[in-house]
Amino acid sequence: MIGEYPLHLMILVLLWGYIYTSWSIMGRLGMVSFGHGAFMGIGAYSVVMLWNHFGLTPWLGALVALALTAGVAVLIGWPCFRFKIVGHYFALVTLALSEVTRLVIVALRDQTGGSLGATPNGALTEGATLAPLALQASSKLVWLAVVFGFWLAGLWVWRLVDRGMGRLALQAISEEEEAAASIGIHVTRAKLRVTLVSALMTCAGGVLYAQYQLYVNPDTVSGIAISLQMVFGVIAGGMFVMLGPTVGAAFTLLLAEGLRLAFGNRYPALDSTIYGAMLVLFIIFMPKGILGAALDGWRRLRNDPA
Amino acid sequence: MEIFDIFLLEAVLNGLLLGGLLALLSLGLNLIFGVIDVVWICYAELIMCGMYAVYYLHVQYHWPLIAAMAAAIVMVALLGVVLHQLVIRPVLSAEPINQLLVTGGVLFFLQAAATLAFGIDFKNLGVSLPPVRLGEMSFSAARLVAFGAALAGVLGLYLFLNKTYLGTAIRAISQDRAVMPLMGVDPGRVFVITSAIGGALAGLGACLLVLQYDVHPAIGLSFGPIVFLICVLGGLGSMLGGFIAAFVFAQFISVGGFFFAVEWGYVIAFAFFIAVMFIRPQGLLKR
Repeated sequence: MIGEYPLHLMILVLLWGYIYTSWSIMGRLGMVSFGHGAFMGIGAYSVVMLWNHFGLTPWLGALVALALTAGVAVLIGWPCFRFKIVGHYFALVTLALSEVTRLVIVALRDQTGGSLGATPNGALTEGATLAPLALQASSKLVWLAVVFGFWLAGLWVWRLVDRGMGRLALQAISEEEEAAASIGIHVTRAKLRVTLVSALMTCAGGVLYAQYQLYVNPDTVSGIAISLQMVFGVIAGGMFVMLGPTVGAAFTLLLAEGLRLAFGNRYPALDSTIYGAMLVLFIIFMPKGILGAALDGWRRLRNDPA
Repeated sequence: MEIFDIFLLEAVLNGLLLGGLLALLSLGLNLIFGVIDVVWICYAELIMCGMYAVYYLHVQYHWPLIAAMAAAIVMVALLGVVLHQLVIRPVLSAEPINQLLVTGGVLFFLQAAATLAFGIDFKNLGVSLPPVRLGEMSFSAARLVAFGAALAGVLGLYLFLNKTYLGTAIRAISQDRAVMPLMGVDPGRVFVITSAIGGALAGLGACLLVLQYDVHPAIGLSFGPIVFLICVLGGLGSMLGGFIAAFVFAQFISVGGFFFAVEWGYVIAFAFFIAVMFIRPQGLLKR
């Protein structure tokens, strides 16, 4: 039997792996978004707020969250793509979006608890391990199964996008938007479709995160910090290979936990300091990330076995 | 409600003071972008380093405040040069998005390193200037000082860029990166000098901010995003545009905060930013 702690780590790796994968679905096609914190925050907070204030089951709450996310994604995505806002302008517009989401959550402090965060009302009765209607479960094994399912589904979506015509179109767009449009690619529609997929998946990740941790905080589910965390997790792992984002999630989590085990809590930010320095080195020397570089190395080794 | 509301006027004037400070903060970032074509996402973290420098030199080592501030400006200017040489130079020919991301990594690093070195508690400089009263309105003297210093900084940079040989070279590089090397301007040297000036402006911003706010490792995140959005709103690289945008933004924050809660002021400002991006993606003024 596996202990609670390793189970918890596995759940977090798969959950973040899923969220990072969701981000990369658009990120690797040239749309680097700093706004995914918004989608995750909408997912997490809609479900918890609807449950706490109206007793609406998270199953329906998740539908509301997904609908809201789709609305926001179109509201931001359509004009961005229509007016050809790309590159770092796109990154900064989406950055504004994730800050708006965080600030709205903080500003509605009477309902959301503001910066202190919020806890979904407990639904687990004495002795019960599962409250299906409230989407709460105390058993880590149940959660492992759930996040594993989502993670697999995320990889499946990646594959679908990768195999579809859309990917070729979007790759063409990311390289030369005008040229792609001139050969008949509907740029706005192609970009919007992949953005919607990515945003909705991230929103579902937010729902899962809230229901698993049973705590939401504007700074940990929305805003610039979490958006950057997604981008950098993906870069560390490798943006262009299917398992890259998951490797990124595992790497960052194990680095943090490993240093914590080695040094205890004496140096609270040591892991992020090392992580930050490594990120800079990665982007300069290894822009394909850990898995991308490893695969390149493996291929080179096989091709010329000197 | 009265037609003339003294508190609304106070909010507008406070917005004006905030605008001056934001204008100074966005100036350095705009200069860097205009000349080197790189966005320093970690700009606010450089300012945080400057704030810590002032705090430690003044409070721990009992330097006079002015000396501590001068030293902090020099230190952040050096930090800007180090950042350019170690981090920006290797990615100068990489994709723009990688350049954006690499300074984002520096942001993480500086924030975490500050936590490691200084702890997460809020540090207060312990210098408080008396409020300035004007009729029924009252203003923070620190804000007035910041406003004056910000305007002086803006003016100083303007004169430097327009009246000196070096300034002319910097402007020339920002207008044509390909031809200027043929005219005998060494871009590498101009980049280093620009990074130093950008750093010094961040250091000046730090001196002004530390008078008003406690310093802590995450302080960069609280105003960093605003500074970027101001630069983008004004048109990245356009110093005049950034200057105007800073005052527009500050009014949204101040007056919006007057009618609703402070956060709503920011929400309105950011929503305005997004809307402007759709109408004028190149910003208010194009470089």
